[in-house]
Amino acid sequence: MFAFIIRRVLQAIVVMLIISFIGFALKQNVGDPVRELTGISVSAAERDAIREKLGLNDPFLIQYGRFLKGAVLEGNIGQSFFYKKPAMEVIINKAPATLELVLVCSFLIVVLSIPMGIYSAIYPRRFMSRMIMGFSTIGVSVPIFLIAILLIYVFSIKLGWLPSYGRGQTVDVWGWESGLFTIDGLKHLLLPSTALTALMLPLFIRLIRSEMMEVLETEYVKFAWAKGLPRMRIWFVHAFKNTLLPVITVGGVQIGTMIAFTILTETVFQWGGLGFLFLEAVERADTSLLVAYLIFVGVIFVVVNTVVDIIYGLVNPMVRITGRK
Amino acid sequence: MTHLLDVQDLVVKFRLRSGDLTALNGINFTLNPGERMGLVGESGAGKSVAGFSIINLISKPGFIASGRVLFEGEEISAYPLEQMRDIRGNRISMIFQDPMMTLNPVLTIGTQMVETIMAHNKVSVTHAREIALEKLSKVYISSPGKRLGQYPHELSGGMRQRVVIAISLLTNPSLIIADEPTTALDVTIQAEVMALLLELCRDDNMGLILITHDLGVVSQVTEKIAVMYAGRIVEQGPTEAIVSAPRHPYTQGLIKALPQGGGGGGRLHQIPGMMPNLTSIPPGCAFHPRCEHAMDICRRETPQLFGDGQTPGLVACHLYAQTR
Repeated sequence: MFAFIIRRVLQAIVVMLIISFIGFALKQNVGDPVRELTGISVSAAERDAIREKLGLNDPFLIQYGRFLKGAVLEGNIGQSFFYKKPAMEVIINKAPATLELVLVCSFLIVVLSIPMGIYSAIYPRRFMSRMIMGFSTIGVSVPIFLIAILLIYVFSIKLGWLPSYGRGQTVDVWGWESGLFTIDGLKHLLLPSTALTALMLPLFIRLIRSEMMEVLETEYVKFAWAKGLPRMRIWFVHAFKNTLLPVITVGGVQIGTMIAFTILTETVFQWGGLGFLFLEAVERADTSLLVAYLIFVGVIFVVVNTVVDIIYGLVNPMVRITGRK
Repeated sequence: MTHLLDVQDLVVKFRLRSGDLTALNGINFTLNPGERMGLVGESGAGKSVAGFSIINLISKPGFIASGRVLFEGEEISAYPLEQMRDIRGNRISMIFQDPMMTLNPVLTIGTQMVETIMAHNKVSVTHAREIALEKLSKVYISSPGKRLGQYPHELSGGMRQRVVIAISLLTNPSLIIADEPTTALDVTIQAEVMALLLELCRDDNMGLILITHDLGVVSQVTEKIAVMYAGRIVEQGPTEAIVSAPRHPYTQGLIKALPQGGGGGGRLHQIPGMMPNLTSIPPGCAFHPRCEHAMDICRRETPQLFGDGQTPGLVACHLYAQTR
């Protein structure tokens, strides 16, 4: 198991190197940092001097090496042109908003999709199962901004129960600006997280349902019935544990997709997080910030997938064997 | 004396959109305590369905349409699920065909054994593990203590089937239903597993229903045979009598199809044609299109099982009805 984890971590590092390389190449080819630093009133000779001083005339790989050194040793991946601050700092300031949104959604998805998926797999013909499947079809096919706007229209404008934009009151928890601990913050969180959950939930319900239905047909489940086990044990231990394997895999990938969808959610709800920041950065051609976003999301993606693989290894005994190869 | 098992006019149907399909068409047989019976036939004859219907575990959309299953005098076919659970894996155990598929891949052997004991007996986990160990050594598994902590994929096919047999023994059942227990195993291991099963049944006076297409195996292990074709029993009786002097043309064909030791070189006999699909069972005797003795009456009337009072056993064939 230990060797398996080490191997996964090494793979994660390789992936991060590739992401940083792509990010850096983007930055090199989009826009000219000297022009953005100096403006128009600087002569060509002075520009060349600055260029030389900043090392911009060095070969690409040397510059990449310098970028990597800065990134690893100082966590410095460039300066945001707009905020006049290190890009990483800007990202980290905005990250809690997005991560909280993703966290709450992941929680809701786990808590809702598992019972709903299992129920509709065990009783596929019941009325409730048909309802669940019907709603999940709608959920899959309606775009997120439509759900978001509908939610705002009903709950903010018509009923006036919930705020329609912003994060509300937040508290500082060891440098983490959190909206989870105030009533106002939670109220603000409700609509965006509902919108994002509504988008992702149907996929998981359907995935769990179809996997579970397949597992319920296997010989080992039939054998469990023949052993006279209590049905709760058959469903939740024998069947569900096997259902989990593909769900974990897809779940890891979907967390990444969810981060991408925060861009839309945050825009509609004016949620001051990374997605919102990303769109701003695109509009302002703030390349350093874009690269920082890319790398940050890359890190989250890689960390989540590594954790998912390790969990997968814990659930599936066969992975541990192959991990030793 | 009450029979260990008494199956009466059992009819199993599968509910499909196009109507009900009859998979078992009125099966009758009895089994005494400690008796071993073979259910023989080609794939699709309904022998597995017959085995599973005893513990009412037919895959959906199958169901028992009529008939009764009496186990130790109780009508278990009328039991609700929760009561049936007390029978399954407790008083009647099953051994499945493919040990690669039978054990849950994500649970250890120990877990899968202990849960079975604890589902039927109020014992501590420690005590349950002791029982599991005892049964594992009974099926001659090397270092049984180590096996408890292993996962199914760490064991070979033969070992897994031994584990499955050990699981079936955990609660000291009075009947074991073995559905093709050696079909998925290597030929060399088949004999070992079969001998083990026979030994265990003899030692504890357990009844055995051996579902198989292999008449050779059946003749070594069982005391009586029921030969099935297209959802019906076409011949049944003492194993010796049927193997040495089969009467139904289908049984004759099955026995002729067995490879004979010694001689060798010759082509094996085969029964022409194929078992009919359940959706298109021919009228009259279902076997008549493949039968070399088919007569007019075979196409019209379904023969019933009967005995002639001289030869032991029953046969469902018009050939013998003439001489009656």
